[in-house]
Amino acid sequence: MPLDLLIVDDSAAIRKILTRVLHQAEVPLRTVYEAGDGVEALAILKEKTVDFIFSDINMPNMDGLQFLTELKSNEQWKKVPVVMITTEGSQAKVMEAAQLGAAGYLKKPFTPDQIKDKIAGLI
Amino acid sequence: MREHMANTIEQEQVSDIIRRATEEVFTTMIGMSITVGAAYVEQTPPEHFDGVVSFIGLAGDWAGTGSLCCSSEFACRISSSFLMTKIEVVDEQVLDAVGELTNMVIGNVKNEMEAHLGPMGLSIPTVIHGRNFAARSLGRDAWTVVPFSSGDDRLQVKLCLTPKERTSVHEHGVRPKAFILA
Repeated sequence: MPLDLLIVDDSAAIRKILTRVLHQAEVPLRTVYEAGDGVEALAILKEKTVDFIFSDINMPNMDGLQFLTELKSNEQWKKVPVVMITTEGSQAKVMEAAQLGAAGYLKKPFTPDQIKDKIAGLI
Repeated sequence: MREHMANTIEQEQVSDIIRRATEEVFTTMIGMSITVGAAYVEQTPPEHFDGVVSFIGLAGDWAGTGSLCCSSEFACRISSSFLMTKIEVVDEQVLDAVGELTNMVIGNVKNEMEAHLGPMGLSIPTVIHGRNFAARSLGRDAWTVVPFSSGDDRLQVKLCLTPKERTSVHEHGVRPKAFILA
């Protein structure tokens, strides 16, 4: 079944690359929504339903951990799997994201196979 | 930098970490092979730059700055491969792509160096494009420079790190940078 997916990252380059890598990985996609930070992501979620979310951690306005907190405190959105994608490899942030309910963690740079494996394990 | 880093990490290890991180990002995300040159220590920064220069701050028990420098043409070539779009002039997309490249390269350097130097945070990158400009990090410490090439194009990845007690100025431990249009 094709997925509706949300990518949250302040870098337009990373949003574009991740979309390209998803196509390379042959992940079945219906719609890819993009947000530049947590605030934009929450605005999209109020209007659209998504099956999966990739989110950066370090972002302006509302970072990935704050976004995750908001998401998991909402009955409608809390079951949507969220994979954090970041260069920030510190164990403290990874642990914090996991405790907040992140379904997984992916470090940049990433390959199509890593993306595919991560989604396959969660959908 | 050699004398300051000798207690915890050797200069050659720093160069090797930079090389591995840069090669991994170029191979995985850009699909471009690059050739590494001989690393060196830069005591005095170049008088003037032409092209694209990025900076990203590192802060922790050790603090400092990471930087990437290349020509405008190479920045466009890297961004074209990165975004799979033909880009011929430095624009918003190129600055964003170089910023993200800096984030990934120095972020991965940071992740590996944390095993030696303890936890560090990473700032949001700053990218500058121009001709005949000077850029300074306000400190006297030398930079480890690892040069790379792809055909006739050149890229330098630079890192300057010192123990926190030696870093001056402000609360986050990252020294300010100065930019002067020459």
